[in-house]
Amino acid sequence: MSTFYFIAFLSIFFSILVITAKNPVHSILYLILTFFTFTIHYILMNAQFLAIVNFIVYMGAILVLFLYTLMLINLNKESEPVKPFMVKVAAVFGGGILAVALISSLKSLGVSDPVVLKNPELGLVKNLGKVLFNEFLLPFEVSSVLLLSAMVGAVLLATKDKETKATI
Amino acid sequence: MESLTHTIQAVPLNHYILLSAIIFSIGVMGVLLRRNAIVIFMSVELMLNSVNLLLTAFSVYRGDAAGQVFVFFIMALAAAEVAVGLAIIVMIYRNTNSIDINVLNRLKW
Repeated sequence: MSTFYFIAFLSIFFSILVITAKNPVHSILYLILTFFTFTIHYILMNAQFLAIVNFIVYMGAILVLFLYTLMLINLNKESEPVKPFMVKVAAVFGGGILAVALISSLKSLGVSDPVVLKNPELGLVKNLGKVLFNEFLLPFEVSSVLLLSAMVGAVLLATKDKETKATI
Repeated sequence: MESLTHTIQAVPLNHYILLSAIIFSIGVMGVLLRRNAIVIFMSVELMLNSVNLLLTAFSVYRGDAAGQVFVFFIMALAAAEVAVGLAIIVMIYRNTNSIDINVLNRLKW
C-alpha cells in the first residue's frame, strides 16, 4: 500500500519538474522518469501488457522521437522563450483552480472501495489479446490505418518543399 | 509478482482519481505556463498518460478488460499524434527559426 503512495509522490514530483525545468532536454528526461513511474503503477495493478507497452511505446519510441527532434532543432537555455511573471502566476492559478475543482468534487463522493484485483488474469497478454481480437477487431484494424496515415503525413510535412517556403 | 499485486489491495479508488486529477492539472498548468512548443506538447502527453492511468485503475476496479484495450488505443493514437505534431513543429522551426508559440500569433485571426 505504501508503495503506491511513494510511487504516486514520485509521479507528481517528476511531472512538476517536467513543466518547471528551464532546459527542454531536462524536461524530456524528467518526462521519461514520470513515464517510468507510470509503468510501475501498471505493474502494481498487474496490467503487465500495458506496463510493457508503456515502456516500449512511450519511453522507447515517443520520448526518443522528442529527444531526436530537440537535437535537430538545437535548442538551449538561451533560446528558451520566457513568459512574463504575471502570466506565469495566472497560469499556475488557473491550473490550481482546475485541480481544486476536481479534488473538491471528489471529496463529495465519500470513501470509496479499495481497488481489488478480482481476476488476476485481467491484464495479461493472453486475456487482452482475446478481447482485442474479438470485440475490438475493427477499431484495431482502423488504428493501423491511422498509424499509416500519420506516418505518411509526418513524412509529407517534414519534407523540405521549395515552393511552399517561397510563398511563406 | 504476486506479492507486488497484493500491495495495492488497500488503495482506495479515490486515491487513483486524486493522483490522475493532480497530474492532469499539472499538464494543464504546463500548457499555460510554457511558450516552448515542444514542452507544451510534452504537457499534453502528461495529460494523456494521467487519463491512461485512470482508465487502467477503473478497469482493474470493475474487472473489465475493455478499459485496458482503450488504453492501448490511446497509446496508438498518441504515437500518431506525436509523429504529426513533431513534424509540424520541425516545419515551423524551419520557417520561423524559433519554436516560440507566440511567433504563431497570426494563427489567432
